[in-house]
Formats: sequence, C-alpha cells, structure tokens
Amino acid sequence: MWARSKQNVFAWLVVGPFAIVLAFPFYWMLMTSLKTNGDLYNVENVPFVFNEAEATATERLPLKDQEWLPLGVENITTSNYEFIFRETKYVDWLQNTALLGLVVVLITLALALPAGYALARLSGGWGQSAGVGIFLTYLVPPTLLFLPLSRVVAELGLQDRLWSLILVYPSFTVPFSTWLLMGFFKTIPPELEDAAMIDGASRLMALVRVVFPISLPGILTVVIFSFSLVVNEFIYAVTFISTSDARTVSSGVPLELIRGDVYFWQSLMAATLIPSIPLALLYNAFLDRFIAGFTGGAFR
Amino acid sequence: VEASASPRPRGRWRDVLEERRFLAPVLISPAVLYIGLLIGAPLGLAIYLSFTDATAGSLTGDWVGLRNYTEEWGSENFRRALRNTILFTLVSQAIVLVGAAILAHWLVKDFPGKWFLRFLILLPWAAPVSLGTIGWLWIFESTLSVVNWTAVRLQTGPLDALGIDLVDPLDPPQWLGRPNLAMASIIAVHAWRILPFATVIFIAGLASIPAEVDDAAKIDGATGLKKLFYVTLPLQLPIALVALLFGIVFTATDITVVYILTNGGPFNQTQMLTMWAFQTGIRGSSLGAGAAISLYLLPILVFVSVGMLWFARRAEVT
Repeated sequence: MWARSKQNVFAWLVVGPFAIVLAFPFYWMLMTSLKTNGDLYNVENVPFVFNEAEATATERLPLKDQEWLPLGVENITTSNYEFIFRETKYVDWLQNTALLGLVVVLITLALALPAGYALARLSGGWGQSAGVGIFLTYLVPPTLLFLPLSRVVAELGLQDRLWSLILVYPSFTVPFSTWLLMGFFKTIPPELEDAAMIDGASRLMALVRVVFPISLPGILTVVIFSFSLVVNEFIYAVTFISTSDARTVSSGVPLELIRGDVYFWQSLMAATLIPSIPLALLYNAFLDRFIAGFTGGAFR
Repeated sequence: VEASASPRPRGRWRDVLEERRFLAPVLISPAVLYIGLLIGAPLGLAIYLSFTDATAGSLTGDWVGLRNYTEEWGSENFRRALRNTILFTLVSQAIVLVGAAILAHWLVKDFPGKWFLRFLILLPWAAPVSLGTIGWLWIFESTLSVVNWTAVRLQTGPLDALGIDLVDPLDPPQWLGRPNLAMASIIAVHAWRILPFATVIFIAGLASIPAEVDDAAKIDGATGLKKLFYVTLPLQLPIALVALLFGIVFTATDITVVYILTNGGPFNQTQMLTMWAFQTGIRGSSLGAGAAISLYLLPILVFVSVGMLWFARRAEVT
C-alpha cells in the first residue's frame, strides 16, 4: 500500500513536468485569446493572469462585475473570438476544412476498406509484403511531391480550388488507413465470414453485413485519424491554394491572419485554439484503438 | 502470416469474384492505383524535373543532366540547409527518444489522474501542427515573450541574489532573431511536436511485452536497474527503432515548423532542405532546382524504408 502510493507520487513528479511543458502553449493560447489589448501590451503586467485595463470601444467584458473570480478572470474579453468569426474568413476556412475532411475520409474508406480486408485475408503470402509496400508509401513526404504536384494541379486547372486538395490528400490517408484496417481485420476471426458464407451469403455480402459492422470501432479510428491528418496538412494547402476563400484552417490562419509585422495575437491565438481542442479530445478517445491497430498490423 | 480460411468444397465458388485469386486483386487495385498515380507518378516527375531547367508555368524543360544537383551542392545556402537538416533531425530525435522512454515507462503503469496527464501530453501531436507552431511564435515573440518575462523576473530576483548572471534584463534573448537561438527554437518546437507520438509508440511496445517476462525476471531476481538494462530495454529496442525511423522521416521532411517560425531566416541561417526547396521551386519559380533540392532527402527515405522492411521481416519470423 505504502509502496503503491510512493509510486503514484513518483509518477506525478516525473510525468507532471513533461505535461506542463507539453501543454503550456495551449494554456498560453487560451490566456492570450481572452485578454484585452490594454492588459496584453502592458509589459508591467504579470502575464499569467488577467489584469485590469481600460477597455477599448470594441472590447466587451462580459464578466466585468464578477470580482470574486480568481486570477482576474473578471477582466476577460470575448471580443477576440467575435473578431475572427465576424471580421475574417475564419468560418469559411473551418467549413472548407470540414468539407475537405469529410470527402477525403469517404474516398479513403472506399479505397482502404477493401484493400485492408483483402490484404488481411485473401492474399496469402504476398499480402504481407504488399501491405508493407503500401505502408512504406506513407513515408514518402509531401515535401518531396509538392513541386511536381503543384504543376499537375495547375495543368488540371484545379489551382485555388478545394478539389486539388480532395484529389491529393487521399495519397497520404490511404496508405496509412489501409495499414491500420489490415491490422484490425486480422483480429476478427475468419470463422465469422465462413459461417455467413455457409448460410449462403457471397463473400462481398459477408464483408458488408458481418465484417464491417463488427469492425466499426476500427473503422471509426481510421476516420478520426484520417480526418486529423487532413486538418494537419500544411504544405499542399499552401502551395495549391492562394485565394483566401478556398483556404483551410491550417494554412489560412498562418498565411492570412499573420500580416507583415502587425500581429493580432489575441485573435490569432483564438483561431489556433478552436480547432485544436475538439481534435485533441477525439484523438484521446481513440488512442488505445489506434495503438492496437498500429501494432496489430505487423509490428508485434 | 495469416492462416488461410478452412477448406471448403470447390463447388461453392461459382462466381468468379468468389475466387480469392481474383477477388484479392480486385479489392486491392483501386488503392494501389491511387497511390501509384499520386505518389509514384509525382515522384517520377520530381526526378525528371530535377534533370531539367523547368520553371513554374510548364511541366517540361530542357535536359540539363546533373547541373541542378551540382549547382545546389556548390551553393552556400544549400550546404547550410543540409547541415541544418541533419542537426535538426539528430538533436530533436535524441531529445524525443529520451523523453519518450521516460514518459512511456511511467504511463504504462496505472496511477490516479493518468488519463489527465496523458491528455495534456498528447496535445501537441493532436493539434494541427501549423497552429501549435503559431502558439510558439507568440511564446518567442521579441518584446512580449513569456519566456523572457519569466527569465528576466528570475534574473532580477533569485538569480541575482545567488550571483548567477544568465539573462541580460535590458536585452533578453531574441529567440527567433539570432541564428543559433533560432535553430535551437526550431529543434525544441519540433521535439515538442514529435515527443507525444514517440511516447505513444513506446507505450504500445511496452504493452506488448508479455507479463510472463516480467514474472520470469522477478523469479530470476532481476529488479530495478538490472531489470531495466537486461530485460526491459532490450525488449523495447525494436519498438524504439520504429519510433526513431518514423521520427527521422517526420523531422527531416518537415517544413511547417521552420516555415512558420523563421521562414529560413534570419539571412537563411535556419534554412532547411524542405524550406530551401520551397523557396527555390515555388517562390523562385525554379522547378527543376527545387526538385533537385528536395530529392537530396531521398537517401534518408531509402535508409528508413530499408530499416522498416528489415523490421517487418524480423517481426514476421518471430
């Protein structure tokens, strides 16, 4: 009992500092995004809390009278969030990203589900090699391909259109997803399909009616991680798209909201924080399955 | 290798598609075609372009042989980009490996509040990299840097009292404005980004060590450091290699962190191969030269791929 609680204290002493350093930028984004100009740009202020400052005409202070709040929270302003939603194309970028993510995930599933299944079940000896081969293509980075692809996209007349990204993004989601799905399908006993096929179902029917439904957790994992790869992608989005209307969040925020030497740090931080938090929550929820799929593929 | 399904009477395979020797290729080929068209073809195109003087606006150019490669090899910016890329990759991976080994060691155990710490630790990997890096851009800002605010308060307070002189309160470090500091910042931010990913892989590796090994070690009297060096670390080595190989690819080929933090500056001092390829190929419109620069990354990829293949084969045998 004593040894156990000693170990718990040790765990916090070791992991705690790492957690603080790794999470600090996000705490900092949150703090900054809620500060008034007068607070932020006064170098006398302690930056880790909210300080009282004269609000400008456009700054709303919704908690102004709640002086019992700790850390000066009564001085927060929500105007920075209002600013990015009202005055910038941020909403367009969020919509573009969501749409792009949705379409790319659908294409990914359409290609990776059958491939992953076939590699896990049907292909025998060469399946393993083919699986590893497909996986290795995931290692070919966008930074090697963006130059030729920028020309291809231009030749196809897709420049500045979301279609260019819809076309190109599956090239990194499919290898990765095929690999994960292959791992998941291997954990499903083949007897299940056999039973369905003995009952008269064709293999494809058994696949759609029996295998896919029980693989739903694995499929959801692939959906989440493909989507997060899409939201993360930067260099294709920067290279293929140069009109602000068609940008994604991860290229729009750094390229359009940072303008020359004038930084609107508070709204910039609000813009970085908003997509990060839901993505992180989803990521965490599916992490264990991701690990299982990743190592189940072959690295075991 | 997956055992094939139990034998069934051949008469059941009426439809051609039921025949696995047809069905498997039918199911796999769309994915392979897509990958071939969007990875294989552009890779080939990149190699072709690197031997031409193609500029933005056309897909072809005059054949110039190895000129792009040799000219870049002789250029000062390219040399610096290559050196920086190697430094960036090695140092950030060293930090990541040590950090991930420590974190995974504790995170495979159960303790109260673990899920919360794990959530915090995973944030840098889960959040979009370009947005997380903007957070650092603000942390390293020249006049309002929170790092400098803290450093100056520490200096004028406890450090002065102890007679230690680390920070000049009137001229605190310009994190992104001085070449060496800027390189250190880029390395730190990328290590920050990759560490959660490596930790996850390490946890997976530790979790796959069967409990019997632990018991056997205990019976043989291996505890503490002895167990760490003779049992846990050797068993962890393969998975550490996987994390390292991934980390090398993700780091050497990354452009986002350097793009957002310094754009290769000040005065090209933090130039990386990826950033230099972008500036040459897209901003400078020299498609051929840009392709040649990025193809200098290919040896790294080949090395990592061979490592992965070796690893996959080894995993198959055991």
